[in-house]
Amino acid sequence: MENGKKELEVAALENGTVIDHIPSNALFKVVSLLQLDKLSNNITIGNNLESKKFGKKGIIKIADKNFLEEEINKIAVIAPNAKINIIKDYKVVEKKRIELPEELRGIVKCSNPKCISNNEPMKTLFKVLNKDNIVIKCHYCERVMTKDEIEIL
Amino acid sequence: MDKNCFVSITDLSKEDILNLLEDVKYFEENPNQTILNGKIVATLFFEPSTRTRLSFETAVNRLGGKVIGFSDASTTSSSKGETLKDTIKMVSNYADLIVMRHYLEGAARYASEVSSVPIVNAGDGSNQHPSQTMLDLYSIWKTQGTLENINIVMVGDLKYGRTVHSLLQALSLFNPTFHFVAPKELEMPEEYKVFCDKNNIKYIEYREFTDDVINLADIIYMTRVQRERFTDLIEYEKVKNVYTLHNSMLENSKPNVKILHPLPRVNEIAYDVDENPKAYYFQQAKNGLFARQAIICKMLGISTKKQQ
Repeated sequence: MENGKKELEVAALENGTVIDHIPSNALFKVVSLLQLDKLSNNITIGNNLESKKFGKKGIIKIADKNFLEEEINKIAVIAPNAKINIIKDYKVVEKKRIELPEELRGIVKCSNPKCISNNEPMKTLFKVLNKDNIVIKCHYCERVMTKDEIEIL
Repeated sequence: MDKNCFVSITDLSKEDILNLLEDVKYFEENPNQTILNGKIVATLFFEPSTRTRLSFETAVNRLGGKVIGFSDASTTSSSKGETLKDTIKMVSNYADLIVMRHYLEGAARYASEVSSVPIVNAGDGSNQHPSQTMLDLYSIWKTQGTLENINIVMVGDLKYGRTVHSLLQALSLFNPTFHFVAPKELEMPEEYKVFCDKNNIKYIEYREFTDDVINLADIIYMTRVQRERFTDLIEYEKVKNVYTLHNSMLENSKPNVKILHPLPRVNEIAYDVDENPKAYYFQQAKNGLFARQAIICKMLGISTKKQQ
């Protein structure tokens, strides 16, 4: 570009929400957790883009959409370092950090095959024990799971 | 404690436990009554457990209630693929309270969310068995006069033993000192040790079951070392007799010490211990009846105070 600014890899957004710094391998899980496939808004998805932090990152730009905090916090399990930027008139008017909620309902699969939640048509429920290190406990079978064991439904 | 369910011992506060112990004592003194007259209790055993089922059913019958249920899920519609939810919904139309045993962990918690009547967990897989914990606590409370500051020696299978985990969680409210005696393969899982550290609870681990640890115990809680827990059967052969309690080992033990065991035992307590007044496991099993009477009445909101 003429002004020397590095070319944007994904088109700029006029109004809406940008979710940046998503780990590349979690990008499509974020899409499905936020049910973006059900939206009719203009959505731009970029993946395997260069990132100083991760090496590769994903980014999602959703036009004319604001998420509720509890909606967006769902993705904390898979993209804890993601940044949320609220855009108005091409400008970032608000930056949000993602925070793991107290409870995760219907998001995570219990790693215990003998847990009732893996054997009945029901929603899973986990209590978050440690937000920083991501330690969660199944409300049903009481199994404690750490970050590495967490599998998204 | 949630009024409507008795699912996990961790739902109970210190006060809940102490109040319930008083109720257990009351039922030990008055085991035969008619306070459950007109009440129907369902015992749903999706996994067979004769001992636990008989204990619950005796508890109801001795209080004048009636029992419906099944002792084996293979004869019920759950074998036809009915969900647990539907079974519980159906039975909660008929009974005033449901006692359930299930092979899946968390089954009782889920049932308590879909049931319109109280649920009492009689064991959910390897997770919780809170009425067993209550009878263990009562046995300690009764024989020691308190639950506070107890030195408890837990012996045998501390890895898979559901009873020791629940007892550990419950006793942690009463400043205990734990002594874990187990082979490497069956040692207390890390998460329970972390739990102790977090709650400033003292624990010491031992590989050998010696007089030294026996002599400082107020309670010796024996468990069965099960052959099927070992991947290496040579290891099993090595340890299977190491954690056996013989009468001679109790010679210099404290006068107040009591030997507990959730039963059934195989060879971890020699038969010569049975005659020793420090042996308490059969009385402990009997306490299960009173503990279950107390739990059922509590869940049905039937006060023991009126009778006292």
